[in-house]
Amino acid sequence: MTRLDTAISDVDALDRLATRGSPIHRLDPRAKLVVTALFLLTVVSYPKYNVVEMTPLFLYLAALLALGRIPALMLARYLLLACPFALLAGLFNPLIDRQVVTYLGPLAVTGGWLSFVSILIRFTLTVSAVLLLLASTGYVAVCAALGKLGAPRLLIIQFLMLYRFIFILTDEAARMVRAHSLRNPDEPNPPLRAWGSLAGHLLLRAYDRGQRVHTAMLARGFDGTLRLPQGFHWSMADTLFVAGSSGFLLLARYGHLATRIGQWTMELAA
Amino acid sequence: MHMADALISPQVGGAMWATSLGLAAYSAHRLKPEMTERKIPLMGVLGAFVFAAQMINVTIPATGSSGHLGGGMILTILLGPYAAFLVMFSILAVQALFFADGGLLALGCNVFNLGFWPCFVFYPLFKKIIGKSPTHGRIMTGSIASGVLSLQLGAFCVVLQTLLSGISELPFGAFLLLMQPIHLGIGIIEGIVTAAVVSFVWQARPELLELSADSKLEPAMSLKPILVTFAIVALLVGTLLSWFASTHPDGLEWALFRVTGKEELEASPDGLHAAMAKLQEKTSFMPDYGFPETPATQEPEAEQPATEAEAEAWPAISAGTSVAGVVGGGIVLALAVLIGTLLRLVQRRQNVAVS
Repeated sequence: MTRLDTAISDVDALDRLATRGSPIHRLDPRAKLVVTALFLLTVVSYPKYNVVEMTPLFLYLAALLALGRIPALMLARYLLLACPFALLAGLFNPLIDRQVVTYLGPLAVTGGWLSFVSILIRFTLTVSAVLLLLASTGYVAVCAALGKLGAPRLLIIQFLMLYRFIFILTDEAARMVRAHSLRNPDEPNPPLRAWGSLAGHLLLRAYDRGQRVHTAMLARGFDGTLRLPQGFHWSMADTLFVAGSSGFLLLARYGHLATRIGQWTMELAA
Repeated sequence: MHMADALISPQVGGAMWATSLGLAAYSAHRLKPEMTERKIPLMGVLGAFVFAAQMINVTIPATGSSGHLGGGMILTILLGPYAAFLVMFSILAVQALFFADGGLLALGCNVFNLGFWPCFVFYPLFKKIIGKSPTHGRIMTGSIASGVLSLQLGAFCVVLQTLLSGISELPFGAFLLLMQPIHLGIGIIEGIVTAAVVSFVWQARPELLELSADSKLEPAMSLKPILVTFAIVALLVGTLLSWFASTHPDGLEWALFRVTGKEELEASPDGLHAAMAKLQEKTSFMPDYGFPETPATQEPEAEQPATEAEAEAWPAISAGTSVAGVVGGGIVLALAVLIGTLLRLVQRRQNVAVS
């Protein structure tokens, strides 16, 4: 439950970030959604041994981070929380793939190490891009943008309901745990055989509560359509953002920027 | 069982996205008439419930995937297959968006692996086992059987999708050994939990189970059209993306070369042949993948980049280019930090000027 608790407070923090104002926040959610999707596609389209040519993508992330006024420490915390997964995912690559593919001075680099580092970079890029989208747009706006772009309406309603009910469910769970600990001060955890009916009761209580919430929403005119306070306005800035980002992504993917800059620097130094 | 973006190729991710979106649209379409006012809150609550249950997970080393309760069966039993699929979609989407648990590109894979099997394939099995007059024993048997089977097939799909993507080095056999036994254990636990909750709800609020029973009144669902549509869409998207990517052949192309070793496949560049080649590659993929310890299978990977059009791309064989690449990459990263800091400073100054 502790992991759920921190997760819930993280969600809260992310959504609060989305209420700030910045040039990135003011872009149309659809533009940000499209660009994020393009970014993810670009990242995963690199060959698996690619490490160096991915670095220009960090330029893009850094610009978004700064322009969107998103605290870098927060992003770092998320990455740190999620990184054991990526580490474990690539862990066996260096052991299995021992083919030497290149030399860095005296150092022989195997394919496995390259693909391992590549996985870590992919992980950092993809996780950061999604978090930046959310922190600069907000969950509800992302859902609304998905709906505008043609996702099924019922699916979007379910996205929103789930989000709302996660809070309802954790509130109910917290109440039940408190009730138990008040009645059994010496036993912090309920006995194992009680967990089944506890879970069942939690479900029923949350359901009843959810039904009241839903009725209240209906009474206030909820008809399944999303009305964002700021609405959707596709402006020149959005077109420029999408066009500029796509151009940059293409350049980063096929321009061999890092190698070119490196060669150029070494020629200068020589 | 969440897969991450880092180990997915665009072809596999795109094909599975198309499949899952298709299934979601189909579910939303089928659900509308039976969508009662009472079902929406139940969908939300159960979604949150399964969401919380999935937070308890273990990472399975080297597979790029995690082990946790799936929750697909409990959703399907209490909501019916169509609503359950949409709920599973929403759960995984929120996890991908907020918790970096499974990637956005991998979302299509994850929804398919965790949602398709319990909702559309093993729900009929569960209904057959509990029959017309459910008992606790039957609910228990049905939950465990369908839960175990759903998770086994879901885990198997994870293995297939990861291998087709070609980014992880893990051989097929080892991958299976890591994934299947863990999910067997999880499946049994999941079956017991599912049975406990369903039995409780069945006793305390039988009318909730009747909500999902609406779908029993429908004509028996035929799987054939879904499967055919899904196969066509997956094939189309996979082929389209492969064409897009084929100027710089990567994962799939290498795999094709490695597995078939036939040049004549490449000699047929027209659309139909390319599509068939993809199909053949997918069907003939597994057998040869079982014994990758022989170093010979890995050599083409190392040699391939040199023959590619991307002459300058990593990993070039020439040491000079590699060093240049590393130097360049370092400079670019430093630039990224610099640009970020500068932009922030400029903004701060503007803010001060405004206030």
